[in-house]
Amino acid sequence: MRARVLIRPKEGILDPQGQAVERALPALGFEGVANVHVGRLVELDVESADQVPEMCERLLANPLIEDYEVLTVE
Amino acid sequence: MKFGVIRFPGSCDEVDALLACERHGEAEILWHGDRDLKGVDAVVVPGGFSYGDYLRVGAIAQFSPVMEAVAEFARDGGPVLGICNGFQVLCEAGLLPGALLPNTELRFICRQVDVEVVNADTPFTDACEVGQALSIPVKHTTGRYYAPDDQLAIMEAGGQVVFRYAEDHNPNGSANGIAGVCSPERNVVGLMPHPEHAVDPLTGSADGNCLFASMAASTDRAAA
Repeated sequence: MRARVLIRPKEGILDPQGQAVERALPALGFEGVANVHVGRLVELDVESADQVPEMCERLLANPLIEDYEVLTVE
Repeated sequence: MKFGVIRFPGSCDEVDALLACERHGEAEILWHGDRDLKGVDAVVVPGGFSYGDYLRVGAIAQFSPVMEAVAEFARDGGPVLGICNGFQVLCEAGLLPGALLPNTELRFICRQVDVEVVNADTPFTDACEVGQALSIPVKHTTGRYYAPDDQLAIMEAGGQVVFRYAEDHNPNGSANGIAGVCSPERNVVGLMPHPEHAVDPLTGSADGNCLFASMAASTDRAAA
């Protein structure tokens, strides 16, 4: 089973990377862009998706500063 | 007394840390894959890019065999100092509160800053004075100290803020200007600035000696 983990900076924590992208887009002529955040994507083959949340808590994400979302594909 | 300085794949400041320690006692390198702390009295987790900073800074190093031994050493009250990447590793390992985030300016910063000693009642600062300004270099991209507001309040009240950047010297947007913190028991300290690079007037400042001298003196006192 293929699992996909989306990791994002926690809401309310300053995300200068997202801000830099947000400032760059209007410079290219893209208007109306707001709330840009840059995160991380981890994809992995697992026997069971049940173990993925614990992997996130212990290694893939730092729950103090990041939120994660586990999606399963196929 | 004997210091142990850890070497991870990707460490780059362990030799400077070793030389700084040798000014105040014996010192030797501890290999990351080795659980044996070789009977050292204090552990330094040095700066660098352990395990390539993969995933998140410090994230992988926390699971190395030597860090399991360091966690046990710290739980038993042993003094542990984390510098820069070492600070990030100790936060990831849960031995220190909070986390380090990318600098607000997103740039690598390498400069001399003034760091104020806020708590001189730790094994790493008791040879310093409260309010003393230490001139020490910082060099990092991920040094913005973060902890949730309620945790910051507990830390401020409980003396867990050990170092603060002097006014107008906060290089990275750290919360409350925090440059270094300690565990509730105060035997684990971490800071982003590099005291091991400031131990000889030849390189501009010898103020960093204060931390290593404190460690040596407090260990000798404990042994006496």
